[in-house]
Amino acid sequence: MARKITYQQAINEALDQEMSRDPSVIIMGEDVAGGEGSPGENDAWGGVLGVTKGLYAKHPGRVLDTPISESGYVGAAVGAACNGLRPVAELMFIDFMGVCFDQIFNQAAKFKYMFGGKAKTPVVIRAMYGAGFRAAAQHSQCLYNVFTHIPGLKVVIPSNPYDAKGLLIQSIRDNDPVIFLEHKALYTMEGDVPAESYIVPFGEAAVVQEGDDVTIVAMGRMVHYAKEAAGNLRKKGIQCEIIDPRTTSPLDTDTILESVERTGRLVVVDESNPRCSMASDISSFVAQEAFGALKAPIQMVTAPHVPVPFAASLEDLYIPSPARIEEAVMKVKEYR
Amino acid sequence: MSAIHTVTMPKWGLSMQEGKVNLWLKEVGDTIDPGEEIIEVESEKISGAVEASVSGVLRRQVAQPDEVLPVGALLGIVAEKGASDADIDAVIARFQAEFVPPSADDADSGPQTQTVKVGNVEVRYLKLGEDVAGKDPLLLIHGFGGDLNNWLFNHSPLSESRAVYALDLPGHGSTTKVTGVASLDGLAEVVIGFMDAVGLECAHLAGHSMGGGVCLAIAKRAPNKVKSLSLIASAGLGNEINGAYIDGFVAAASRNALKPVLAQLYSDESLVTRSMIDDMLKFKRLEGVDSALATLAGGLFAGGRQAEQLASAAAGKPTLVIWGENDRVIPSSHATAIPGATVKVMPGQGHMVQLEAAGEVNKLIGEFIG
Repeated sequence: MARKITYQQAINEALDQEMSRDPSVIIMGEDVAGGEGSPGENDAWGGVLGVTKGLYAKHPGRVLDTPISESGYVGAAVGAACNGLRPVAELMFIDFMGVCFDQIFNQAAKFKYMFGGKAKTPVVIRAMYGAGFRAAAQHSQCLYNVFTHIPGLKVVIPSNPYDAKGLLIQSIRDNDPVIFLEHKALYTMEGDVPAESYIVPFGEAAVVQEGDDVTIVAMGRMVHYAKEAAGNLRKKGIQCEIIDPRTTSPLDTDTILESVERTGRLVVVDESNPRCSMASDISSFVAQEAFGALKAPIQMVTAPHVPVPFAASLEDLYIPSPARIEEAVMKVKEYR
Repeated sequence: MSAIHTVTMPKWGLSMQEGKVNLWLKEVGDTIDPGEEIIEVESEKISGAVEASVSGVLRRQVAQPDEVLPVGALLGIVAEKGASDADIDAVIARFQAEFVPPSADDADSGPQTQTVKVGNVEVRYLKLGEDVAGKDPLLLIHGFGGDLNNWLFNHSPLSESRAVYALDLPGHGSTTKVTGVASLDGLAEVVIGFMDAVGLECAHLAGHSMGGGVCLAIAKRAPNKVKSLSLIASAGLGNEINGAYIDGFVAAASRNALKPVLAQLYSDESLVTRSMIDDMLKFKRLEGVDSALATLAGGLFAGGRQAEQLASAAAGKPTLVIWGENDRVIPSSHATAIPGATVKVMPGQGHMVQLEAAGEVNKLIGEFIG
């Protein structure tokens, strides 16, 4: 039975249902319970923005508050995954991945390959990402491209509550390490979500809306900006097809190529910085695989190659806007 | 003053907020009878025709092809011959001045599905139309892998003069994904429980495909609850069934696998839109659906044969049988299995005849149940 819940509730529900289904699923992180073992409420906080609130009471002993030591508890989660648990580690902000990067890219991602396929590492690392919160350069980055670059990791960036729940359930059941990234601006977004458990498979892009004139590939929060732009463009008679890859590793290249082969025009919208980004990666394989179909140079709408500014006026300029997406679509549409 | 009627953008399904005009099926000046198709419209999910609910002459085509309009927007005017152009213009002007398009917040307004507990099964259903004294309600029962939206183009038109219920069978739609039901009788038991729970003492039953078989199983188990039977491309009337379709549907886990399977349902394969495929995948990915469908398929249709033959259950009940001549799932040769039934085989049509030829099917059922 579908009903409307928020992105944040969808994530909480996925964790709750998987913990009920599988006793090996545990949660670890800073303040994920937020009071555990201290006098008063055991479940006072539920993570920095309250995403895991309520889970301690339902699954006592399986929501573990950790010291403020990302390298320690992410390493512990990776080790626990190798030994039969399915830990979901919450890392607050993706910007903190740096302090535990060895555990992620050189250990978790590599065990299966270093041990001849005999080890599996079913760990999920959840983190918030994205700009727009006046949180400055150390709490606002995207960085999904960094993890996408590393073979052995799977990278998930849900753009709506339905996908958030189904992709998180798939992430927990998956036997490989998964980086699961939640955009802060989407936590309050409401959408239809079935009460039942369900999965959204990895590597299957969503076609958010169909159109024959221009293909827009957009991720995370940018999907919604692309929809806003496409709504305005429709009034000008331009029909945009919007594709949300949902997972950047594995990446559903087929759906993107099939669309570009039909429209001949591509705009990639990526909140990340442009060098070595998903935008440049998607542009590159489309240029290689569908060059003959292209009627105009591919346009990338991204943040500039600078750290996220703290000044509000500059941060607003930094984030790709619906207006810039519209401009890019007009540019590919009007080319020749 | 002669009557002037507006034709407006329909609402097909709870989520539809706007529709695109495809083409006019009638020209200005054409005479129109109730049930005739006037204009073809496309929602995000499906395209179909808007039927006339009144008789008259099509006097204005207000909406133009390719226009995208909100639900309830003015499409055209049907009026009696005597209506003057000035009066018609006045009606249009007043409509356009007063029309407020539904906002996104209103998406939940209008008829809502409800749920009722039948044993351990929570059954979702949608009731349209009012209870009318002397007119037994109609209950619509969908087929294998379907849900109450399979009656999108039938439910509302049939509910103009009576209450019409449509439900999701166990394991389907939003009804509980119980596993273990593997017979038409098992499904019938839940539907009879549903009828009791919502106070349906006796109803006209209409079923599509496996739902037709469920109607027959209800007639067998509880004949006093059945006023009449309208069976569309029904199961239970012969041995053959397209086993590749059933197995393909149960196994399909991706868009590319599901698309050619769903295409077999329709005579016009372009009706199988991406959105239809995505919705079907969303359903199939719910926990429990896979095993519920596999159990049901194993019990009813193993090896491309139908396990249950129920033609004799229709004995003594007024029965209408409708079939698409080119049905690729259950052959139309089964249409004559019930002696004394009214039989209508529709040329050129496929398995989903109630969607693809909704106007004619609605007319047949409407006239049959009176």
